[in-house]
Amino acid sequence: MALKRVHAVIIGAGAGGGVVAKELATAGLSVVLLERGKWHSGGDCRKDDLFNQRTQVLGAKFGPDDERNPRVLVDEHGQESVVIPSDGGYSNNAACVGGGTFSYGAMAWRYMEKDFRMRSTYGAVEGSTLADWPIAYDDLEPFYEKAEWEMGVSGDDSNNIFKAPRKKPLPMPPLPHTLEHRILQPAAERLGLHPFDIPMLRNTVPYNGRRSCMRCRWCVGFACELSARTGTHNTVIPAALATGNCELRTDSMTKEILLDSQGRASGVTYFDVHDRLQEQPADLVIVCGGAIESARLLLNTKHRLFPNGLGNRSDWVGRNLQSHSYAGANGLFDYDTFDDIGPGASIAICDYNHGNPGLTGGGMLANEFIRLPYQFMASVPPWVAPWGLEHKEFVRNAYKRTIVLIGPVQEMPLFDARVQVDPKVKDHWGIPVARLSGTRHDHTIEIGRFLAAKAEAWLKEAGAVQTWKRGFGKSLSGGQHQAGTCRMGDDPRTSVVNKDCQLHDVDNVYVIDASVHVTNGAFNPALTILANAYRASANLLKAWKGSKAAA
Amino acid sequence: MEIRGVRLRRRTFLGAGLAAAAGVTAISCGRSSQLGTSWRFFTADEAQTVQAICAQLIPSDRDPGAKEAGAVNYIDIQLTRPFRRYQKTYRRGIAAVDDVSRSKFGKPFVQLNSDQQVDALNAVEEKSGAFFDLILAHARQGFYGDPRHGGNRGMASWKMLGLPFPQVRGRQHYDVSENG
Repeated sequence: MALKRVHAVIIGAGAGGGVVAKELATAGLSVVLLERGKWHSGGDCRKDDLFNQRTQVLGAKFGPDDERNPRVLVDEHGQESVVIPSDGGYSNNAACVGGGTFSYGAMAWRYMEKDFRMRSTYGAVEGSTLADWPIAYDDLEPFYEKAEWEMGVSGDDSNNIFKAPRKKPLPMPPLPHTLEHRILQPAAERLGLHPFDIPMLRNTVPYNGRRSCMRCRWCVGFACELSARTGTHNTVIPAALATGNCELRTDSMTKEILLDSQGRASGVTYFDVHDRLQEQPADLVIVCGGAIESARLLLNTKHRLFPNGLGNRSDWVGRNLQSHSYAGANGLFDYDTFDDIGPGASIAICDYNHGNPGLTGGGMLANEFIRLPYQFMASVPPWVAPWGLEHKEFVRNAYKRTIVLIGPVQEMPLFDARVQVDPKVKDHWGIPVARLSGTRHDHTIEIGRFLAAKAEAWLKEAGAVQTWKRGFGKSLSGGQHQAGTCRMGDDPRTSVVNKDCQLHDVDNVYVIDASVHVTNGAFNPALTILANAYRASANLLKAWKGSKAAA
Repeated sequence: MEIRGVRLRRRTFLGAGLAAAAGVTAISCGRSSQLGTSWRFFTADEAQTVQAICAQLIPSDRDPGAKEAGAVNYIDIQLTRPFRRYQKTYRRGIAAVDDVSRSKFGKPFVQLNSDQQVDALNAVEEKSGAFFDLILAHARQGFYGDPRHGGNRGMASWKMLGLPFPQVRGRQHYDVSENG
């Protein structure tokens, strides 16, 4: 039996869905927000270095769980395997209220102006579907500002001469500098670079009724027991609920979008916490599941008019899966660089995001979050024996004497880096799972090499006695920064949604998450997802003409 | 506020706490003599072999190694939990280590001297790379990871690295008063 009809059902309570829920509920629409994961609290946050969202050795602490959520991965050699969330290659993003913003590092970047027009800035890249966004930075600017002030961003990017113009400064100052920051800053300046304090969705002073960061070492990947780190779970989602117009249903796994005989959406079906199939009728269906799950949901929604999946008439749903390929370097110092003061990443440069000779784009560079002892294994240089006394000796001597500089390369999108639904493998609920396949573009790898060399040079200038690069290979990129699978564009033949994030094919279905990113900048995408969700919500509300649902 | 987590991992948690109280050296001796009494997945012989492998992967020196820190205990516990999917890999892998040891030196791995064990492990690394990588990762987790999962007894590795214990939350050692 169908549940009470509402104006909008939103699938996914992450960065995008949280903002949309709040904006729509505040405007008086009745909203049901479906989240397949749970609502964790700061009290769930044991600082467990093997069971969290960063390391995932013993599972992904904030979901999805390993038992019920397989995917199929076709690797760069064509080898096919079933993978679970804690496996590498699964491209996991947290499944919980807040989504990735519940346990992320909280960098709050505005993309740069050129990031929205990569194709017209650099021209075509062979083999890549590189294109301009149908919107410009200026379209997003007011919504970046809204996200920064409504949710709360700290930092100081006044020394970042490369940033896109902002009308208002950030609402909170940066944290006092750590030892690492104090070592890196003068070195960058000596090199003629422009270091600054990274904008962060983290309170550095009490803001919006929440406390300020206490600077512990367990930040990225963990819950914040002070709620000083900011996500949709402690800002817009509570605000949405407080309107009385929004109902949040956790442990609710959406199965498919329901379509009427004309092919318009009439709601969704989902499995509730007891695995019972429920039907939620709605006037609007807003898909905010992240680039992989959003594409999967559209592809799993079949109809006479859409035999290959909803929104997929032109075969673009699930294409252009991209993320960020991290490149950088480790530096070993002959004195302690570790002062055990979190949260970690604090200093960055944008000198290499654009304008690099021969390269299409580039990447930001920043210092890495604190590496807990087991995570530190990835910081042991290749010339050290992987086991035995030599390895142990290195870890003992180097743990407090290394700095990692690393940054996200803006990836060249590929038509064949994609999400499909697997013809055989199903999840716990019997829903066909996502099937991931494809590779990285060679030019992405080239940019990574460039960025790693720049990181190495910065570390050397800072006094590192030894440095070694970090890079990546050809394998498919995904993970938390997943994007691109429901491209935003003006032309229905080469995109999935229009600039308002509305499906070209069906006017009452929206996709509002990083799926719509045409390219993904060279920055953590959270603030852009939030800003675009504010923008898309505003446009949706402008076009809203009331409905069949009881108010 | 962490009641739920404690309940779920009560056994591990208490075990780690007791180990911490009793001290690293004493426990490592005591534990060896108990091999075979309380394993969840391993047979007594397998546990001995895994412990000996771990002792070579992360040896003891002036600080305890993976053996003293109970890495084998961590692996054994996890093989009945999230690592269930590696049970077969372990069963076969341990047998392969002994096969290599017998063919090279005529004795099972645990009876080899230290140099011979290193030789045997080098051969395993080449022949059974997947198992070697797995047990190396698990030994590191059992040595460097959180004690609540059965390894890192007495916070051995954290002490080695000079990390404070009990775990420090920021306000205890960092002046944030200016920030409120």
